[in-house]
Amino acid sequence: MSVLVIAEHDNATIKKATLSTVTAASKIGGDVHVLVAGKGCQSAADAAAKIAGVSKVLMADAPHYNHELAENIAPLVVKLASGYGHVLTPATTMGKNFMPRVAALLDVAQISEIIAVESADTFVRPIYAGNVFVNVQSKDAIKVITVRATSFDAAAAEGGSAAVESVEITPAAGLSEYLSQELTKSDRPELTSARVVIAGGRALGSSENFKLLDDLADKLGAAVGATRAAVDAGYVPNDYQIGQTGKVIAPELYVGIGLSGAIQHLAGMKDSKVIVCINKDEEAPIFQVSDYGLVGDLFTVVPELTKAL
Amino acid sequence: MKVLVAVKRVVDYNVNVRAKTDGTGADIANVKMSMNPFDEVAVEEAVRLKEAGKVSEIVAVSMGVSACQDTIRTALAMGADRGILVESDTELQSLAVAKLLKALVDKEAPGLVLLGKQAIDDDSNQTAQMLAALLGWAQGTFISKLELGDGKATVIREVDGGLETDSLTMPTVISVDLRLNEPRFVKLPNIMKAKKKPLEVIKPDALGVDTSPRLVYSNYREPPARKAGIKVPDVATLVDKLKNEAKVI
Repeated sequence: MSVLVIAEHDNATIKKATLSTVTAASKIGGDVHVLVAGKGCQSAADAAAKIAGVSKVLMADAPHYNHELAENIAPLVVKLASGYGHVLTPATTMGKNFMPRVAALLDVAQISEIIAVESADTFVRPIYAGNVFVNVQSKDAIKVITVRATSFDAAAAEGGSAAVESVEITPAAGLSEYLSQELTKSDRPELTSARVVIAGGRALGSSENFKLLDDLADKLGAAVGATRAAVDAGYVPNDYQIGQTGKVIAPELYVGIGLSGAIQHLAGMKDSKVIVCINKDEEAPIFQVSDYGLVGDLFTVVPELTKAL
Repeated sequence: MKVLVAVKRVVDYNVNVRAKTDGTGADIANVKMSMNPFDEVAVEEAVRLKEAGKVSEIVAVSMGVSACQDTIRTALAMGADRGILVESDTELQSLAVAKLLKALVDKEAPGLVLLGKQAIDDDSNQTAQMLAALLGWAQGTFISKLELGDGKATVIREVDGGLETDSLTMPTVISVDLRLNEPRFVKLPNIMKAKKKPLEVIKPDALGVDTSPRLVYSNYREPPARKAGIKVPDVATLVDKLKNEAKVI
């Protein structure tokens, strides 16, 4: 049986989380096919065809597949799924939105946010904010799965030469309409794929003070993230949030500044390769997971660190 | 318009859950249980809609063991009008919960169903989307703003890149994110009043739903531990360690 991966893309390029999902699909075994559904998505489909390990690309190009509205995408995936043993997509807000809809329409369970493949029917996933790992075995004929991208290496974006095949368009559901989006503009790397991440907590105290982190991030070519407390306080936009209910990151270097390390935040960053924290409270739980901890006032330490780099 | 709000009884967010040493489950005997924090936001939103005169009745629904009645009572104390518990001593997985909710929606005919975007115990983030699929309704997930119009709901969704605004045909299923509102503290007189509000207890069989689990969980375990780190005395040492020991900068 083949594995179908639903790509996350912007009609022109393939998002990196898709490459990690292809790797997860390869671990299951069988041919890996990729579905690119969008509007004017030929370039994205061509890019998907070049991913190493992909043997076929299915392209569904129609206006109502733009912006991945779940009500329109799910019937397409359901229609294609009958030919596959597994359907996978990244556990991004796109995948989390439409994939359970696919599972319910297929009358199968969804296995959310897997971090490892044990066998063709058994997967590992974190529960309780990552405090417990568990094996999950599915007895359903089609396994519907979302994949935590940071737990799988990205497949090579080049090297494959799959055929691109257009598939039949399913009708628009007519239930929902995309109106607009307000994307956070940034010249920095994307939080989930950045090599270095600087994260700030409530102790930053204001959005102005977050600029301290920007200066440090500029030196390191880093992305800037935050705790829920800092987002709730309005210091930074929602897409900065790292944690159990925000983004999950696993950079080479994570620097946590003025944050205590609540379990909900740790759930989103404790797979980082090297963890550094700067906090004036030496009892803060973040020190327990840090490779290097510096006890000190962030308002003196951070500028000093920026200068030293 | 009637609103259905789903509330789940979960381990309190302050509890650091561990796996049982024999790997058969999570060790949650005698830990504090609370309403799932996302569901509190859903209840709060329903109550605010009622206070704004846009909603006539709020039905709070929970599923699971008898103690879930406490969770429903909390919703009633926040301002829900009546409760329904679908009582089951066996595990109810997301798909089964979605099917039971669909059966209740068929019975109660609400114009809006509000749920938390995920439960903080299994972190699945599925039930709202599954319910919308089974009903053939539009879904608005991870929302931080909800506006009800004439036959349409406008929602702002928290997505990876920022915020997205969608228009949904009513009736609709909404899954709420934390920044939609700040749930109220429940006052003592309201807790007393909640005790007198109606709470119906029914069994899954009565709704004609097969709730057999589809997923088998095993080998519960602790995640691999990180090796202990060190405290560095100053910025110079930190930079040196990052350059020469960790080699990450």
